[in-house]
Amino acid sequence: MRKLLSIALAALAALVPMAAQTIVIENATIMTVTKGTLKGAVAMKDGKITEVGEKVMVPQGATIIDAGGEYLIPGIIDCHSHIAVDGGVNEGSVSVSSMVDIKDVINPEDISIYRALAGGVTTANILHGSANAIGGKTIVLKMRWGKDAQGLIFEGALPGIKFALGENPKRAGNPQGGRGAAAAAVSARYPATRMGVEDVIREAFNQAKAYKAEWDAYDAKVAHGEHPIPPRKDLKLEALKEVLEGKRYVHAHCYRSDEILMLLRVADDYGFKIRTLQHVLEGYKVAPEILAHGAGASTFSDWWAYKIEAIDAIPYNAALMQKKGIVVSMNSDDAELMRHLNTEAGKAMKYGGVSENDALAMVTINPAKQLGIDNRVGSIEVGKDADLVLYDKHPLSDYAKVEKVLIDGTVYFDRDKAVSEAKATAAEKQKLLDKIKQSQPRQQPARRPNG
Amino acid sequence: MKRNGFDFGGLVAGLWLSGALAWAAADVPVLIRGVDVYPVTGPAMKSVSVLIENGKIADIGAKVAAPKGARIIEGKGLRVYPGMIDSDTQLGLEEIEAIRESVDTGELGEFMPQLRALAAVNPGSENFPVVRVNGVTAAMTFPNGAGGGGRGAAARQVISGQAALIHTDGWTWEQMAVLPSAAIAVQFPALGGRGGRGGNPDFPALFGEEAAPTTYTQTLRNYQQEVSKLSDFFDEARRYQKAKAANEPGLARNLKYEALIPVLDRKTPLAIAVSTPKTIHDAIQFADKQNVKVVLLQPRELGNEGGELKAKNIPVILGKVLALPHGEDDAYDQAFTLPLECYKAGVKFAFGTFDNQFVRNLPYQAATAVAFGLPQEEALKAITIYPAEIWGVSDQIGSIEKGKLADLVVTTGDILEIQTQVKHVLIKGQDVDLTNKQTRLYEKYLARP
Repeated sequence: MRKLLSIALAALAALVPMAAQTIVIENATIMTVTKGTLKGAVAMKDGKITEVGEKVMVPQGATIIDAGGEYLIPGIIDCHSHIAVDGGVNEGSVSVSSMVDIKDVINPEDISIYRALAGGVTTANILHGSANAIGGKTIVLKMRWGKDAQGLIFEGALPGIKFALGENPKRAGNPQGGRGAAAAAVSARYPATRMGVEDVIREAFNQAKAYKAEWDAYDAKVAHGEHPIPPRKDLKLEALKEVLEGKRYVHAHCYRSDEILMLLRVADDYGFKIRTLQHVLEGYKVAPEILAHGAGASTFSDWWAYKIEAIDAIPYNAALMQKKGIVVSMNSDDAELMRHLNTEAGKAMKYGGVSENDALAMVTINPAKQLGIDNRVGSIEVGKDADLVLYDKHPLSDYAKVEKVLIDGTVYFDRDKAVSEAKATAAEKQKLLDKIKQSQPRQQPARRPNG
Repeated sequence: MKRNGFDFGGLVAGLWLSGALAWAAADVPVLIRGVDVYPVTGPAMKSVSVLIENGKIADIGAKVAAPKGARIIEGKGLRVYPGMIDSDTQLGLEEIEAIRESVDTGELGEFMPQLRALAAVNPGSENFPVVRVNGVTAAMTFPNGAGGGGRGAAARQVISGQAALIHTDGWTWEQMAVLPSAAIAVQFPALGGRGGRGGNPDFPALFGEEAAPTTYTQTLRNYQQEVSKLSDFFDEARRYQKAKAANEPGLARNLKYEALIPVLDRKTPLAIAVSTPKTIHDAIQFADKQNVKVVLLQPRELGNEGGELKAKNIPVILGKVLALPHGEDDAYDQAFTLPLECYKAGVKFAFGTFDNQFVRNLPYQAATAVAFGLPQEEALKAITIYPAEIWGVSDQIGSIEKGKLADLVVTTGDILEIQTQVKHVLIKGQDVDLTNKQTRLYEKYLARP
C-alpha cells in the first residue's frame, strides 16, 4: 500500500517536461569547457545547440531564459553509475557473465534518475556490478526522466562491458576467500585470488578468439558465395567477440596497481583495448603504463580506507593521472555522490592544483571522450546536444546549487518548480493518508497464521 | 608489512621531513602576523596578529608584537579560523571499515555504559593526519557502529559506551583527550527497528538479527519491552547511586551503574541516535522522565518536533548533509535543507560526518547547507563554537578568543570552500605536520619517471 502510494506520488511529481523547442538562454556565464568561458547566450533548436556567443540571434517564437549572470555548463556525465537498474546489478553466479545485459533491466521509474538530474547529471554510464572478472553488458543513458526505458538510451553510444579485478570478483561466492575457499567451501566460485582473476579473463578471451575465428571463417565463405553451416551462436562469447572487434568498450573496475597492469597486459596479449579503468585508485602508480595503453581513467575524488585495496587511495589520484597525460574523469558509483559531481571535480583543484577548466572537464568532456560520445555531448558547442546545467554560483564551489537542467534542449529540471511541487506532493500525500485513515474502520490488525 | 597498509618507510620519511616544523617546544611563543582573524564568536578582524603562548591564545590585535624568541607565521593575505570540530566520527577506533581486526566499535552487550572509546583510540591511525590537514582539529569519537562485535552484535546494542572528544593530534590518547567522557551513546529503540546506526529493520536476517516480528501488535510489544528494559536499567542505576551515596554496607561495586552516575547527575549527556520525528519524540520523553541531558544524533527529518527541541534546549547533531532523501517521495533536497529547517525552528545544532573516510569533508558538508539556505555564519558556527557548546567545552575550544586553546587553522580563503588551501594547523599551539601518507605517495609517484 505504502509502496503504491509513493509510486503514485512520484509519478505525480514527474510532470511531463516541455517538449524540445527553440530556447535562448541569455545573460549567462557560459563555461563551454572546450572553447573557454564567456558572458553571453546560448541558442538551441530541435535539441541541438545552434549558436553560442556574446550575442546570439533570437529566433522568432523562442523561449527566453534569463540566467541573471548565473553559470551555464555542459550537462554532467557520470562514467560509473548503477541507477535505473531493476533488481540487482550483479549476476554473480558465474565468473564470466557477459551474456547478461543492463539494457534488458532498465527501470525508467527509478527515482534516482530524477535525483541525479537535480544534481546536474544528464548522461550516465550504467554498469553491471563487480562480482565477476567479466561482468555483464553496459549501457549509456540520458536522464530523460519521464521517458520509458527505450527513451532513456543514449542513441548511438557504443555499449560496453564491465570487467572487475581484485577483492570483489575474488570474494563473490567465497566469503572466506584465500585459504578458506581452497580448503572446503561448497559454494566456492573460481576465482578466489588475483591470479585466478587473470586466468579467468585469459581463458575467456582464449575461447572468444577461437569463436571469432570460427565466425570469421564462416563470414569469409559467405563472402565468397558459399553456403556453409553457420557456427553455433554463443551469447557469452558474442560480447567478447565484439570487444575483440572494437565494437564494445571495456570498463574495468580495478583498485591496485598490480591488477591494473595485469589487465593492460592481458588486453595487449589478446589484441583488445581497455576503454576505461574504473575507480583505478592506484592508477597514479602506473600512469605511464595506462597512458601507453591508451585507457581512460575514471576515479573517485577522495574515497579511501573502506577496504584494504583502497588503503593507498589518494585524493591526488585524478590530478596526478591527468598531469601524466591520461584522460581522467570523476565518477560516482553512488546515487548520492552522483548529485554533486561538480564539487567532486572541484576537489581536483584542491588536491593537485588542476586548473578550473581541466577540473570541469573531468565531469563533462573527459567522460564524454571515455564513452565515445564527445561528438554529441560534454561541451557547449554549436551542433552538440543541448544538454546544459545552470548553477546559481560557480559550479566548482560547494556553495553552488543546480537551478535548471536541460537535455536535448528540453527543460527536465527546474528548482523553483521542484520546490513548489515538493510542497504539493507532501500535501497530496497527507490528504491520501488522511483518507485512508478515515476509510478504514477501527479493527484488529490482520494476523498471519503462525508457522 | 605492506599487506596491512602501513608504510613504515613512508612514515619515517614523513617524520623526518616535518622535523623542521613540527613539535616545537611548547613554551616557544608563536605569532601569526597580519592575518585576517575569523573568531566565529565576533566579527572578522582584518590584518591583525594572534599571539600564542603556552598553547593558548594570549592576545589578538593590530599592535600585538612578538616576544623575544617567538616563532613568526606570516599571515599576510591569509585567514585564521578556529579549528573545526566534527561531532560524530569513529576516529581512532576504525581504520579500515571492511577489516574487522582494524575496527573497535560495536562491542558485544546491550547495556555497556562502562566502555570507554578513548582508551581504544589509536593515536597512530592514519585517519588523524588525513583529517588534520583539512583543518579538523577535534572530533567526537563514538563507540557504536557495526564493528568489532560483528554487525549482529552491534545491532543489539542499546547503550554502547562513552564517546570521547579528542584532538586529532597527540602522542597518546591521554594527551589527545579534550573530554574523556563527553557523552554516553545510546541507540534508542524504535518501532520496528533501532533508530540511527546499527538498526537494520529492512534486512534483519542479513545482519544476523532475530527474525522480524510478524504483526504490528508484536512489533509494538517488542518496542515497549525494549524501552522498559532501558528504563529499568536507569532505575537500577539510580538505586545504586543512592546506595553508594548512603555508604550502604556490603554494596558491591558495579562498573556499569557507576558509569551512568554522571548522566544521572546531568553532568554528561546521553547522545541518542534517532531517525524519524517519532523517535525524536520518544527520546525526548525518555530524557524528561529520567531527568537527564540529551543530545540527539542524526535525525533525518524534524517533523513537528522542532518546537519541543527548542523549548527544552535539546541540541541535535546533523549529518550527513550529503545524503539521499529517506523516502521515494521525499523532496530531493531533504537532507540539504534540514540544517536550514533546524535553524528556522531555533534548534541548536552541530554537524557530524558519521564516517571516518569523510571527516575531512566536514566543511564541505556545512557549505552544502549554505547552498540550500543556511546562513554562512551559522554553518561555520555549527563546526566550531556550537559543537564546543553542545559538548561543554566552549571555555576551551571553538572560537578564537583570549585564553582559549590555540586550535587554529590558517587558510588561503573561506574555510568552507573546497578550493581553499590550508597553510598551517595548530593544535594547542603546536604546529601540526601537514604531510601524511597521501601527500607522500603523491610526491613519490609524481616523481616517477
